[in-house]
Amino acid sequence: MTYITKPKLHHPSLPTNRLGYTRRDYEGSVSTLCAGCGHDSISAAIIQACFELSLPPHRIAKLSGIGCSSKTPTYFLGNSHGFNSVHGRMPSVLTGANLANRDLIYMGVSGDGDSASIGLGQFAHSIRRGVNMVYIVMNNGVYGLTKGQFSATADKGSKSKRGAVNSDEPIDLVGMALQLGATFVARSFSGDKQQLVPLIKAAILHKGAAFIDCISPCVAFNNHAGSTKSFDYVREHNEALNRLDVIPERQTIEVDYEPGSIEEVVQHDGSVLRLNKLAPEYDPHDRIAALTHLQERHAEGEVVTGLLYLDPTPRDLHDHLATVEKPLNVLDEAELCPGQEALQRFNAQHR
Amino acid sequence: MKATDVSDPDYFHKVVDCQWACPAHTPVPEYIRLIAHGRHADAYMINWKSNVFPGILGRTCDRPCEPACRRGRVEKDPVAICRLKRVAADNKGDIADRLPKGPFPRNGKRVACIGAGPASLTVARDLTPLGYEVVVFDGDARAGGMIRSQIPKFRLPESVIDEEVGYIVDLGVETRLGSYVSSLRSVLAEGFDAVFVGCGAPRGRDLDVPGRKEAAANIHIGIDWLASVSFGHVEKIGRRVVVLGGGNTAMDCCRTARRLGGEDVKVIVRSGFEEMKASPWEKEDAMAEGIPIMNFLVPKSFTHEGGRLTGVVFEKVAPKFDDKGRRSLVPTGEPDLHVACDDVLVAIGQENAFPWIERDAGVEFDRWGLPVLGEKTFQSTNPKVFFGGDAAFGPKNIIWAVAHGHEAAISIDRFLRGEDVAARPPPMTTLVSQKMGIHEWAYDNDISNELRQKVPHAAPDIALRDIKVEVELGFDQKLAWAEAQRCLNCDVQTVFTPKLCIECDACVDICPMDCITFTENGEEEDLRRRLMAPALNLAQDLYVAEGLKTGRAMIKDEDVCLHCGLCAERCPTGAWDMRKFYLEMTQAGQGCRTR
Repeated sequence: MTYITKPKLHHPSLPTNRLGYTRRDYEGSVSTLCAGCGHDSISAAIIQACFELSLPPHRIAKLSGIGCSSKTPTYFLGNSHGFNSVHGRMPSVLTGANLANRDLIYMGVSGDGDSASIGLGQFAHSIRRGVNMVYIVMNNGVYGLTKGQFSATADKGSKSKRGAVNSDEPIDLVGMALQLGATFVARSFSGDKQQLVPLIKAAILHKGAAFIDCISPCVAFNNHAGSTKSFDYVREHNEALNRLDVIPERQTIEVDYEPGSIEEVVQHDGSVLRLNKLAPEYDPHDRIAALTHLQERHAEGEVVTGLLYLDPTPRDLHDHLATVEKPLNVLDEAELCPGQEALQRFNAQHR
Repeated sequence: MKATDVSDPDYFHKVVDCQWACPAHTPVPEYIRLIAHGRHADAYMINWKSNVFPGILGRTCDRPCEPACRRGRVEKDPVAICRLKRVAADNKGDIADRLPKGPFPRNGKRVACIGAGPASLTVARDLTPLGYEVVVFDGDARAGGMIRSQIPKFRLPESVIDEEVGYIVDLGVETRLGSYVSSLRSVLAEGFDAVFVGCGAPRGRDLDVPGRKEAAANIHIGIDWLASVSFGHVEKIGRRVVVLGGGNTAMDCCRTARRLGGEDVKVIVRSGFEEMKASPWEKEDAMAEGIPIMNFLVPKSFTHEGGRLTGVVFEKVAPKFDDKGRRSLVPTGEPDLHVACDDVLVAIGQENAFPWIERDAGVEFDRWGLPVLGEKTFQSTNPKVFFGGDAAFGPKNIIWAVAHGHEAAISIDRFLRGEDVAARPPPMTTLVSQKMGIHEWAYDNDISNELRQKVPHAAPDIALRDIKVEVELGFDQKLAWAEAQRCLNCDVQTVFTPKLCIECDACVDICPMDCITFTENGEEEDLRRRLMAPALNLAQDLYVAEGLKTGRAMIKDEDVCLHCGLCAERCPTGAWDMRKFYLEMTQAGQGCRTR
């Protein structure tokens, strides 16, 4: 916890984006998390991603549940909408908000406790419904606010700070997201912003359920030898499949890469995701192969990161339900109350 | 890049830009903090030890510290360091019991100081407490040198000079005033073991153009005229006055003329307004008193009638740059400008003059008429004779004179103890952690958003009526506190211990100025471009640390660091720590000696 506010002064050459904002304009208040918390790095990555995409802050809604991770929305996007919900209930609040106003960018921020324990059902259903959102889990494998018990994502056999060995099987949120039909699935590491920032940008641009599992070491309770979520462990076992560049509009490739090492995916809005494949045999469009690869590598103790799966033509909840194009708050009286004649026509359809 | 050696005293010293820029290397942030705490006497004593004349310099210093101030790079204006120094002097109360008290046991050596200006007085102050018998000579009747003779009283009241010169004389310095020294030989013959020459640059440059002789009665050399005003020999001047020259002396001349009956006073300079040597604030103060500054006008001749000056003829010029960027002034071809006036003050520079030093006294001079000196020792080719202040390397300012005085005093002390004069003592430094609790520091790390405070001025109608009315009123304690809070505490250093770092990026994320980057090491030129923010200020160092687990290096650009300590607050392992770097120059005495 820091007692002073972050000084307003900034670097004289701090760049501005298309909207004239600096990165600092996307910050929130100073973090009250423990010094060195991985979550703060993820917050910084979200700030960087929103800045780089020139998103208008008032068009973003950030929603969270309960826990260290769910505190973070206070520390980024201070000028955006926020909703701090009940423990594990962020996905349903987000789904409701999204149904009511499809024009906002929804960012669901959660943790391994909030999503893999109390909110596991909520997590599962928001993914399988294909809610258009970025769902980020700040995954540290530990209950930090209650002083370091194993969470549901802690690997079997990993050691707690006190030396206890975890005997339970871990919940693999990435695997679940793949099975449940998420159209964008990625895993990253709070200590690698070069990988994380483009993934967040791509997830924001993705029109569908985008899930990012971000390993985020808990410096207070889960950064010791024997932990599989520590800085050292993740750095030693990080197997990055690809590097991503997010290009807002189509540009010609100027850099020379090994043939076959580059794949470009055009998004629905014309933006391009350029994948620099570090593992050439890995196909990020094959859901089943992705699941297999993940489980094989996990069994070896490796942490697979990067863009794991992408469906370039996603459909979201609104497409499934054929909802009205406009947000509900801009529908006028004539649209909401089309009159007796319309009602009779509607009723007639169901006779 | 090689890892930074922070044990080199120069490294952290350079980070304290103000202190590094100050010729006397006064520990500026330390005394500013003391002022903020209301400890004015303590702040004064830090200054007194380092720069000898805090009250005088707090009003008249050329302030090399301020253009260097980091606040000027991260916000708009630097901290008003000079005016804060004055606050310490104004509010210090009685500090007599903190000064060294004589009589000091004599060591049997005698030192003569020629000239009673800032350089000589500094030598006298440093050497007297060590037991030297110091005798100060001056042609004027009162000690102070140019401080007393050339700086107008509306900028520096006489009482301040009396007080601070008094502190030195009261140590037991013998003064022989009102007796112009006309021979170095005779001084040496008096049996002095060493002679310090601090006689300044006493000759004002003249302007030899047609009409100079004929109109001589109304053409005055600036510094001589200022001295005459200062000592009460001149009390008025004509209604229309032209001041030639663009330095601080010209500014003093024009403002003095305004107070002695000059109603239509103009400053006219050869070069451009921007290139003038005068400090920007002195130009502002002059213009605020209704004095226009006209530029690109080269004086051609004085016009006169019946032995009386009637005006000055100027040729209009424009700057022209050759391919090497060198500037010359070329006539524009427009008709000459005649400026009618009753008096002219010539303030176009000063020269050194040593008519009293016999050419066979063993002191060599170079072709510019300056003494040949050891660069840091200030020792002349006659090993017994030392120089300092304007007399050493030509006209500079008070704070340089003080710095020279300290160095010369070290040289004299070592010389008279039979030690090698060329061996210079290193500064004394300490580096102490400011951590008091988990997020508590022994300094105020919250950054103030205040802009530079303006010093209140006396109303112009009152100020212009009497030459002894001080124009600047100085900060009151409230303004002083607000201004002191603007100081970024650059002496509280960010010290990095690589072996403690877990590379969690917390410092990178929190740094408000994007100073910190963890990246692959490389050549400096390449590194400077691929940091979080490009490090384009080449005058500022990069702090490079190696030995991290991932093999990357920690690179910190010192340029715009606010020293807010957030990196250290957000560091989970204490790899960053805020440590106060205190550097004091070693002065003559025990610390400068080898045995």
